Amino acid sequence: MTETVTQPGSGAAIRAASARIADPEQRVLERIAEIRKRKPTLREDAITMSHGAGGKASHTLTTALFGDILSNPVLDQLGDQAVLALPGVDQVGIAVTTDSFVVSPLFFPGGDIGELAVNGTINDLAVGGATPLGISAAFILEEGLDIALLRRVVESMRRAADRAGVYVVTGDTKVVPRGKADQLFINTTGVGTVALPPQVALHRIAPGDVVLLSGAMGDHGATVMLARGDVDLEADNLRSDTMALHGLTSALLADGIDVHFMRDATRGGVATVLNEIAQAAGVAVAIAEDSLPVHDEVRGVAEILGIDPLYIANEGKLVAVVARDHAPRALELMRSRPEGTEAAVIGEVMAEPEGMVFIHTGFGGTRVVDMLIGDPLPRIC
Amino acid sequence: MKFADEFRDADLARALGARIAAESGDKHWKIMEVCGGHTHTIFKYGIEDLLPSNVELVHGPGCPVCVIPMGRLDDGIAVAHEPGVIFTCFGDLMRVPGSTGSLLDAKAAGADVRMVYSPLDALKIAQQNPDRRVVFYAIGFETTAPSTALTLMRAKAEGIRNLFVFCNHVTIIPPMKAILDSPDLKLDGFLGPGHVSTVVGIRPFEFVTNTYGKPVVVVGFEPLDILQGVHMIITQIHEGRCEVENQYKRVVHDDGNPKALEVLSRVFKLRSHFEWRGLGFISQSALELQDEFADYDAEKVFSVPGVRVADPKACQCGEVLKGVLKPWECKVFGTACTPETPIGTCMVSSEGACAAYYNFGRYSRARERERVLASGEHSNGNGNGHANGAVAEHDLQPIPVQAR
Repeated sequence: MTETVTQPGSGAAIRAASARIADPEQRVLERIAEIRKRKPTLREDAITMSHGAGGKASHTLTTALFGDILSNPVLDQLGDQAVLALPGVDQVGIAVTTDSFVVSPLFFPGGDIGELAVNGTINDLAVGGATPLGISAAFILEEGLDIALLRRVVESMRRAADRAGVYVVTGDTKVVPRGKADQLFINTTGVGTVALPPQVALHRIAPGDVVLLSGAMGDHGATVMLARGDVDLEADNLRSDTMALHGLTSALLADGIDVHFMRDATRGGVATVLNEIAQAAGVAVAIAEDSLPVHDEVRGVAEILGIDPLYIANEGKLVAVVARDHAPRALELMRSRPEGTEAAVIGEVMAEPEGMVFIHTGFGGTRVVDMLIGDPLPRIC
Repeated sequence: MKFADEFRDADLARALGARIAAESGDKHWKIMEVCGGHTHTIFKYGIEDLLPSNVELVHGPGCPVCVIPMGRLDDGIAVAHEPGVIFTCFGDLMRVPGSTGSLLDAKAAGADVRMVYSPLDALKIAQQNPDRRVVFYAIGFETTAPSTALTLMRAKAEGIRNLFVFCNHVTIIPPMKAILDSPDLKLDGFLGPGHVSTVVGIRPFEFVTNTYGKPVVVVGFEPLDILQGVHMIITQIHEGRCEVENQYKRVVHDDGNPKALEVLSRVFKLRSHFEWRGLGFISQSALELQDEFADYDAEKVFSVPGVRVADPKACQCGEVLKGVLKPWECKVFGTACTPETPIGTCMVSSEGACAAYYNFGRYSRARERERVLASGEHSNGNGNGHANGAVAEHDLQPIPVQAR
């Protein structure tokens, strides 16, 4: 097989990078940077929980297995949603997204699986700049499930859909024998319209852009972690942040703000979204630790468990990359809305070092922020 | 966050960094932080950016996950696969590779492996599942050993018979001795392990000053603690002192915690020898259960293969643990060995020197590279790429774009 210098991660590229740098440590780091540009390969023989945690393993599974086998021009965009063209229409496309919800416990402070299932799918549409038209709901129910409990979940879906102004327009139900599912799983698919060409797209991210976060990080993940009861911690004011964000996204776009990219920071947290941005757009993202909004309760839980709030899941927060001169207006607008009262400018996009996210710590140092690897596992001491 | 943010003050840090820079002179200082928790803090807060380039922090052997040899892990995995076993351990152990996979792989293959936050969680699981055998895979230095001991005492007092401890508790002094006896390493002093010292006190470290003539400062885990510790070591040497000092007085009593020590001696005794990853067998360096607790000892109750597995040839964890090699100097660092596919344990736990460097440390070097290339200088070649004094001005300052 012949290799070219331009092929990222190829042996020739690695050697070329090494030759540029005299210092051995820099050489090693250059080599690593080149290797990280390689297409990920799936090494495991079996699915582990890491493949579902939203970090590097999930990313590898998605690109190296699903993306590889099912590859087509629409899927290959790897967005939160697919945009389908309508024959004969060139101003508007159809946005489609799907998501499954398997959260345990089903009810937690600030929300439940039903509300998540509605809001999560609306958000996947919203961050692509789409206007939701309707969503479907498919249920996988475990034999023996309490119908009163199912009713509560579906009523909660109804309330969430009403709040968001979206109908649940179709659905499906399957029942599996006891033990073959954990109570109740929900899949929702959302359909919406999006203006063409899409204003919000990875390729529009450019050095100099400003990165905003719509509110405090980690509320949902920290709440669910405590609600599971694995850790004997209590935090009275901790609530899941689950909410629909399409009002916020459409307000930003309607105001004429030059939004280059948006993504909701769910599993894997804000750090994972920033890494996806850096890698997919071939840029660097620099954030300032002091600017990151985090509630004290989440900081406390994260501190005790040795987890970084940057990696904790959210269900009602988005990262927005906007043109630099539009950033002040974007921030003002976000903060004027209930979804974004605690919004903040958290960083900026830079050209180099490509594919990397780093943070200026409040302490005055700098470090790399990598993608989440596996599940966030607490440190022992 | 109260009682934590005070120890993360950037202005104080800069002032302290400047003082260290002024007082360290031209000498090249090598100071080892013994504890993995310190390593984590150093990388997480970018402390090396605040130190002058002639003050080098060497990352020591005190990451409890990193020192577990493959064979012990294989033994644990074998027990996890026994019928009816619920296998419990701390989270960061689950990804550590044994010779044929990790505990996460064992879980995917059907073993009932559960993450716990405390050995008491394992006790609770044992109470809730009286028909199952619950194994707690205990790791850690003197810091975590008392909680294992208390759990066993409670299990015995409450007559719980289905909890077993697979004991890998180790002690901190023997590996420090091994490192001090190692001819490869020239250290100027030690940042002593804060959490271990809460239990054992600071006196056990007096052999370092008395026998080896190196100062020790027991420090806490906030970034200012570590900077102050570095400053205290430099001051000791300048003043011609060589002492064990306690920087972490807000937590550590000089005599440690007598109650915890009493509990330890009731439940544990010293093993004649124990294998350390990369360091080999070290005599009297680990704990096992006293005979009184034999019924709770997983190694006695289960048939444990006990096969010794050599560390992978390519892996240089031993040299890294001893501080002889910097993480990036290992042959497989960042290429074959990464946090998602670790070969050695140093790449697994975020307290491991390699993982800490890989996850957090790479940017500082990248920035140095940019600086060097932008200014047309050549690297100083000491492989110690700290930004020279340029610490204050990186509030979202763009890096000069490098021509590719």
